[in-house]
Amino acid sequence: MKNDRGDIELAGVCKSFDGVTNVVDGVNLKIADGAYCCFIGPSGCGKTTILRMIAGHEDPTAGEIVIGGQNVVGLAPVQRRTAMMFQSYALFPHLTVRENIAFALRVRGQSKSDRLRAADAMIEKVRLTQFADRLPAQLSGGQQQRVALARAAITEPRVLLLDEPLSALDEQLRVQMRQELRRMQQELGITFIHVTHTQLEAIALADLVVVMEQGKIKQAGAARDVYAHPHDRYVAEFMGGQNVLSGRVEKVNGASFTLAQAAPSGIEVPLQARSTVSVGDKVDIAVRRDDVALVRPGRDLPPGCTTSLPSRVLAIEYQGYFVKVMLDTVPDDEFVAYVPEKTFFADPFTVGDVVMATWATGSALPLA
Amino acid sequence: MSAVLADMPEIAAPATTKAIAPSKGGRPWTFYVLATLFACYVIALYGPMFCIYILSFQDIRGGLVFPMKGRSLHWFVDLFTQVRTGDVKGSFDRSIKLAVIVTVITVVVSFLAGLGFRKRFRGDTFVFYMMIGSLVAPGLVLGLGTGLLFQALGLNASWYTSALGAQLSWTLPFGVLVMFAVMSRFNHAWEEAAYDLGASRWQSIRLVMIPVLAPGLVAVALFGFTLSYDEFARSLQTAGSLNTLPLEIWSMTLNVTSPSLYALGTVTTIVSFIVIGASLGSIVLIQKKRGSRVRA
Repeated sequence: MKNDRGDIELAGVCKSFDGVTNVVDGVNLKIADGAYCCFIGPSGCGKTTILRMIAGHEDPTAGEIVIGGQNVVGLAPVQRRTAMMFQSYALFPHLTVRENIAFALRVRGQSKSDRLRAADAMIEKVRLTQFADRLPAQLSGGQQQRVALARAAITEPRVLLLDEPLSALDEQLRVQMRQELRRMQQELGITFIHVTHTQLEAIALADLVVVMEQGKIKQAGAARDVYAHPHDRYVAEFMGGQNVLSGRVEKVNGASFTLAQAAPSGIEVPLQARSTVSVGDKVDIAVRRDDVALVRPGRDLPPGCTTSLPSRVLAIEYQGYFVKVMLDTVPDDEFVAYVPEKTFFADPFTVGDVVMATWATGSALPLA
Repeated sequence: MSAVLADMPEIAAPATTKAIAPSKGGRPWTFYVLATLFACYVIALYGPMFCIYILSFQDIRGGLVFPMKGRSLHWFVDLFTQVRTGDVKGSFDRSIKLAVIVTVITVVVSFLAGLGFRKRFRGDTFVFYMMIGSLVAPGLVLGLGTGLLFQALGLNASWYTSALGAQLSWTLPFGVLVMFAVMSRFNHAWEEAAYDLGASRWQSIRLVMIPVLAPGLVAVALFGFTLSYDEFARSLQTAGSLNTLPLEIWSMTLNVTSPSLYALGTVTTIVSFIVIGASLGSIVLIQKKRGSRVRA
């Protein structure tokens, strides 16, 4: 019986190309069947290497890769029933769209009429019928991507691996093709693993976001978890949308602690379950940029806010539905407030103004 | 000094009308200078050959120099009928056969070398320089050495053994260099994609690499054929008792004093052009075939 489960388990997977440094360093991860999983990290963090190991284009130096309960290390891509979509799509330049898509069936020895019929059905699925007889060079970037997707999907793989699939497209098309990828994933009902270095892409698409740094997983979780509750400073800064502040713990009082900062009363931070802090510890905290409110000095703070940091406005960027206000709140780190457009223009600030940056105490998040 | 300064505006003014950038309609003067230079170059390149071609069409009174005496195909007939002019037909046969063998070996070996050099391996630079070495070695010396070696080993030199080897020492490095240039434009992700889609190594070579590289392989074949077909220096001491065509022509220049020599030059040129035309035609055909499926 054919095993159609596409759940993946990585157990202690390591990869070293030179025998000295591990590009992938002891990765453990479970990906559910039919999930859309995004690996994200800066270039050189090992995300593509993990993808290629799952695909069967690289062998891990150590560890196990289990797909559908079966250890696939050493198996060819076909035996794994995975398919890969390459970064530049790698469409065969001498074959038409139809022949490209039928290629996998051709090498399996299917008769010409059978494979072309199957290819045509797939071409319809990716809405390329009128381009079926074109060569890849005569297609736009978005159309090429659809061909690559169709070519990979025609073998009915249980896992589809996508290596930076949207990086070759321009901004507008990227958003459009992003939705198409998600639609195809739901239509095919198989596991997608997608490597990207764009945060927006990852959180827009993924059921499971895996943030990587130097061959290690920094945090893996639902998109909202990773974005709103980053585990540490690296994840918070990489995913963006957060202000990260650090300081020493001044006092611990029950459910919260106070962080010494350049503020008259320090910063009160709720003590979350995972963090145990004691006086004198150096702690990083994160405050979402859209949680920060700006108040003119001397005015009352909004309810629920106990911390206020005097700051000067360094720069203002209009972003449409919000205004990005950059502040000098903390000496070394960036501190930014995303102020809703209407709020901002009710009482606009100008560069150089002194404001009080504040946020609801409960929204500050201590980082590991 | 003051006179020079006074002249300056007059010199400067015409310069604006004779600008290098094309003005409306007319071409800049530099175009005519370069066009003349190019015309001289073409005359220098093809003039000598055209002298030969023209003189080969003289009638029976024809001599080896201008002026041209009459017009006929007499010397072409003479070339293939008269025994005294030498073994033209036999040497032509041998040259074509040898060129075909050299072409096949060059294409196969260059393609395999191209595959081998996709990845770096121990000693790859050494192998590469060894190859280039045989390219820069003087052909006459190399041919002489090959002849001597065959003699020392007690083997008879002949066009299909020693001459073949000597010619390959010339065509293989060329073929491999062309192949490297062709391979540098081959995206290795294509191979990976083929493997990913389940192609065996042989299928990925047959269905992806060879078709994609086909125009390049035709170019290698063309190189192999033409280099072998007019190879002289390396063949001189290695062809044995039976001559190849260039050797035959050379010996004819020593003892034939009729325009049939020129007729031979015209015939061999026509053969060369047919081969080049066929090669380029096949490249165009490959591209057209790919293009026509688009319109279908």
